[in-house]
Amino acid sequence: MTIMGEIERGSNTPSKSAAGNAVEQQDLGVLRFITAGSVDDGKSTLIGRLLHDTKTIFEDQLAAVTRASSKRGQEEIDLSLLTDGLEAEREQGITIDVAYRYFATPRRKFIIADTPGHEQYTRNMVTGASTAHAAIILVDARKGVLTQTRRHTYIAHLLGVRHIIVAVNKMDLVDHAQSVFDRIHADFLAFAGNLGIPDLRFIPMSALRGDMVVERGTGLAWYSGETLLQLLEGINVANDDDALPARFPVQLVVRPGTNTDFRGYAGRLESGVLRVGEEVVALPSGRHTTIKDIVLLDKKLPLAVAGDSVTLVLADEIDISRGDVIAAAATPPRSAKSIEARICWLSTDAPNAAGRFVLKHTSHSVKAKLARINDRIDINTFERQPTPAALAMNDIAHVTLSLAKPIFIDAYDSNRITGAFILIDETSNQTVAAGMIEA
Amino acid sequence: MNARIAESFAEGIAPVTLPLRSHLDWLESEAIHILREVAGECANPVLFFSGGKDSIVLLRLAEKAFRPGKFPFPLLHIDTGHNFDEVIAFRDTRAAELGERLLVRSVEDSMKRGTVRLHKETDSRNAAQSVTLLEAVDEFGFDAAIGGARRDEEKARAKERVFSFRDEFGQWDPKNQRPELWNIYNTRVHKGEHMRVFPISNWTELDVWQYIEREGIAVPSLYFSHKRAVIRRNGLLVPVTRLTPPRAGETVEEVPVRFRTVGDITCTCPVESGAANTREIIAETVLTTVTERGATRMDDQTSDASMERRKKEGYF
Repeated sequence: MTIMGEIERGSNTPSKSAAGNAVEQQDLGVLRFITAGSVDDGKSTLIGRLLHDTKTIFEDQLAAVTRASSKRGQEEIDLSLLTDGLEAEREQGITIDVAYRYFATPRRKFIIADTPGHEQYTRNMVTGASTAHAAIILVDARKGVLTQTRRHTYIAHLLGVRHIIVAVNKMDLVDHAQSVFDRIHADFLAFAGNLGIPDLRFIPMSALRGDMVVERGTGLAWYSGETLLQLLEGINVANDDDALPARFPVQLVVRPGTNTDFRGYAGRLESGVLRVGEEVVALPSGRHTTIKDIVLLDKKLPLAVAGDSVTLVLADEIDISRGDVIAAAATPPRSAKSIEARICWLSTDAPNAAGRFVLKHTSHSVKAKLARINDRIDINTFERQPTPAALAMNDIAHVTLSLAKPIFIDAYDSNRITGAFILIDETSNQTVAAGMIEA
Repeated sequence: MNARIAESFAEGIAPVTLPLRSHLDWLESEAIHILREVAGECANPVLFFSGGKDSIVLLRLAEKAFRPGKFPFPLLHIDTGHNFDEVIAFRDTRAAELGERLLVRSVEDSMKRGTVRLHKETDSRNAAQSVTLLEAVDEFGFDAAIGGARRDEEKARAKERVFSFRDEFGQWDPKNQRPELWNIYNTRVHKGEHMRVFPISNWTELDVWQYIEREGIAVPSLYFSHKRAVIRRNGLLVPVTRLTPPRAGETVEEVPVRFRTVGDITCTCPVESGAANTREIIAETVLTTVTERGATRMDDQTSDASMERRKKEGYF
């Protein structure tokens, strides 16, 4: 039995000792990405290759997977066993749910959301893509652009994933022919060219042989671009969110009371930059004030950038509570009591007959009514089917929701946090839909 | 900290150098956000604090989330009675320093009540903890229990949600989990049900040590290299204690070791190591070829699914 098929550890791969210098080198933070494709496209092999060549797979994990593979009578090691952790999955040879995997290089930490195919595919991919900065769309070089390629690309784009990498895999099975890669590149652009994907890249690879994943390998000498890992290391995500107007949903009021008049608003700056002295508006009150202090435990910070969890102290006493938002004074979010949104229906049950839900948006919840299902989108053809009677799991639809109280929103296309919501069924407490605000 | 020059986004404000957020900044912010969501949404939460490194990190994150206020939850330790004395001392000192309330519920008491019955006294009480834990959840009516579990620890954990639902029997149903999107957490439970919440889900063992190093956080000294009497058994170094005496024919050796995890004394093993401080531990963690639990836990090796089975029954 060969370990990891043809995979062998190369001598010039980044060693774990190199990763140890991560603390000294420039740390680009975290990149979250999703891998889209079926087992047939070599998705598990790609993830296994990334983990293996960055020295993330441990000997005992490899031994356990090797044992399990041979127990199932498999000649080669089955890398999906690395990610499929649940008993039922191993028994049935299926993947049930989104699994998260981690690896790090000296430059940054990576979180992979590995989403399985099968009947819940849309639901799982929507979940994984909701937090992803980047998506890798796997295409089998022998098969080219398929219906599922269109579907994966559409979902990634729908969820606002800005960086999409089309990985043309199994190049070794088409004699590493550049013409095959070029044709798939052109076919992909033919359908996705006008979707408006802000950062779209193409890369030929063989995950099984390890060509162009972490190592350049030997088969693709004609390709002069970066390897997949270099692409992933180079993606700049910080500026995406810092450039947006400031949005600070308040999670808690910190008011210790006795012996101190400290009053701060704890939350996470979801977008933009906030500086001490800057004018802000508190919503829904609409009161303007300035930022007096930005506090994190015993530190006072001059500014906060998107993603920072801090506590804000304001110059004026304003009535602010959990669920309110502190925002850039010049560019506040919009108040809305009725919203148009794209939703992905996540539940096995159809919407309850009354169409009543709890809508959770940032740090607050409101009662919501599904006023109208405007159309359903066929994610294979991108066509709109007008006024469907109901919604089933995996459906993506345009809906109108009316709310019991106004909320402060941005369009999802301009802000992935203040433009997003979930719907919860109050009886079952299940999360039944993921929503992206259009207007 | 690294820095980058950025454009000025707000009019009238001069361009400034924006801090570049490191991976630890990212993980810290995420964990603080999760802790504050628990405080904002759950009526009666609790934080599991064992004196181990992961829960020590949780306390640091809770300070960052809530100070200058008090923690909006008590600390709870489920005491197996099979502890390293030093860890218990550390637990009490740390809780006192923070001025936060520490609750202790013990497996011994569950045994006296007859709700826990062990085959023999020296058996691991790791699994029995689940019973005592669920009894404590019932006793206090907790609707959320925050813990330091990480997805990189074990395969069954890799698919667990940050807010992980438990039914009225405390059970986890991996096939029927709520989808978790963006950073919007569905925290809702009916009476009798509860949430387990894992703010450091996305951290690895290396991240934890790097954070301990960066923040200068104190941890029990058995995490650092020390000489200890051990027996080599099935590829593990089994510490010699009153509950784990040498078997006939086994040789006791004095070996420089450190613990990568601290749990039930009967099933937690140290690794051979000369790492005397956090920097040296980080260097070793980067180079290690065996997972944290693989090197140190006798109970996880029983079967490929042993962690999953325990978790379904309410284990942490």
